[in-house]
Amino acid sequence: MLVVSAAAAVLGSAAGALGVLAAGVPLLGSALVAVERRYRAWGYYEREDDLLVRRGVLVRRLSVVPYGRMQYVDVVAGPLARRYGLATVTLHTAAAATDAFVPGLRADEATRLRDRLAALGEARQAGL
Amino acid sequence: MTVLPGGWQRLHPLTPLLAGARGVLPVLIGVQFALGGQPVAVRLLVLLATLPLAALAAYLSWSATRYRLAGGELQVDSGVLTRRQRRVPLARLQSVDVVQPFLARLLGLAELRLEVAGGGSTEAPLQYLTEDDARRLRLRLLDVAARSGAGPEATAAPREDEAEELLLVAVPAAPLVWSTLLGAPLWTAAVLLLAGAVVLAVDVRALGGLVVAAVPLVLGTVGTSARRIATEYGFRLAESSDGLRIRHGLFETRSATVPPGRVQVVRVREPLLWRPFGWVRVEVDVAGYAAGGDQQLSTSALVPVAPRELALRLVARVLGGALPAPVAPVPSRAAWRAPLQARRLRVGLDDRHLVCSSGVVTTTTDVVPLGKVQSLRWRQGPWQRRLGLASLHADTAGRRLPGAVAWHRDAGEARELLAVVSARARAERTAR
Repeated sequence: MLVVSAAAAVLGSAAGALGVLAAGVPLLGSALVAVERRYRAWGYYEREDDLLVRRGVLVRRLSVVPYGRMQYVDVVAGPLARRYGLATVTLHTAAAATDAFVPGLRADEATRLRDRLAALGEARQAGL
Repeated sequence: MTVLPGGWQRLHPLTPLLAGARGVLPVLIGVQFALGGQPVAVRLLVLLATLPLAALAAYLSWSATRYRLAGGELQVDSGVLTRRQRRVPLARLQSVDVVQPFLARLLGLAELRLEVAGGGSTEAPLQYLTEDDARRLRLRLLDVAARSGAGPEATAAPREDEAEELLLVAVPAAPLVWSTLLGAPLWTAAVLLLAGAVVLAVDVRALGGLVVAAVPLVLGTVGTSARRIATEYGFRLAESSDGLRIRHGLFETRSATVPPGRVQVVRVREPLLWRPFGWVRVEVDVAGYAAGGDQQLSTSALVPVAPRELALRLVARVLGGALPAPVAPVPSRAAWRAPLQARRLRVGLDDRHLVCSSGVVTTTTDVVPLGKVQSLRWRQGPWQRRLGLASLHADTAGRRLPGAVAWHRDAGEARELLAVVSARARAERTAR
């Protein structure tokens, strides 16, 4: 009697584990795919007069920010990002709605982008 | 006016009295209320003790405040315990307002307010000056601002007279009152009548409850409407070489001057009930006005109510050029995404302006001069992607009016629009 129930318990938990695996692997897989797609959706492109920033999978966004309109540029790196040598560059204009930022840049690339944006911004500054 | 060494000037000597009346009086009344149970002698004693203290505080604050115009900036020093030195660079001046609250107006005093690009709030309000001083200072501020923007060739002698102005529109009282009544008050009345009818039909005894519930609603509506009529009474819009001049107000008068080329965005609003009369309201935004605060809100109107044709001509005049009509419709499949307003979604574009209209109950048309565009955003949500649609946002530095949005265009067309608008905006930026 005891043996039977113990065996049933083992079998049951094995089935449970299988079930978790069966549900978990696709979930994990799709999460990875989502992260991958999200990552690939990010992009930026330095044109002659403006910066293009693209992002988003579900909601797709493409922002155009003229260098002459930039008020200031932020480079932010949190503890986790710093651990992996990454940083986020954020562009600010006089408009509150501007939401252009480029995450996950290597620190040296972030610094280069920041300096280039600042220099171009100064060269092309247009009054309000 | 008291002139101190170094060209510094003081505010008007009556300032402590007025500032005191505004700041201290409520405190005094509050204290008297708190002492409600005490004998009259005690209350009088407290009053006698606090009055000189309040007067002293107001006097100290007045004597610590000084201002001058030097080196292309307005300098204001103030504060007794915490000293504050403000330097307002006039090259970034967006608007100058002369405000006269009712009490100050009776005494012939006025307050000067500056709006500066990037300023979160109104910079350095100077209260109070005599009317003449306020007007003269405004003239000099605008002069310095125009010169620092225009470069070295504009070094004419300081002017003494106001620039000649051309009256563009004066709003009579009747349309202002009627158009206000056609807004919230009418809706409120309709809702109350409906509720009353339902209550009468179902259970007459609940009528008392309805009346109690209606009182704050009615008071609120009446208050807002009365305030709107009082602030926008006697509205006059004029044009001068200093820029646009907007005057309005019944008790508290306000006279705003917006230097040329400072308008970031214009919005034309056409509420449902105004349509039979062909009325519209026009609002403008400059870079300085802070969001929130009803004092700022009152200044936002370019014309509180005017016939459509006239209003559109005014907008074209203020923006310095004919406007494209918003005629390009959205694809019919946009009705799946925005069923109520798909018919009203329209876009117009020429070399200098982007015009977008939208709205269900109130038709809203936003006009953005391309030279003022700060950034452009192309955006496509999941539903839009399914339908092959996308929206284009043109952001400006306006605080209350953020810019124009071309909603639910064909995705390809929106891309094209993005490219065209960004190229034309660049041309407009470099042209100036």
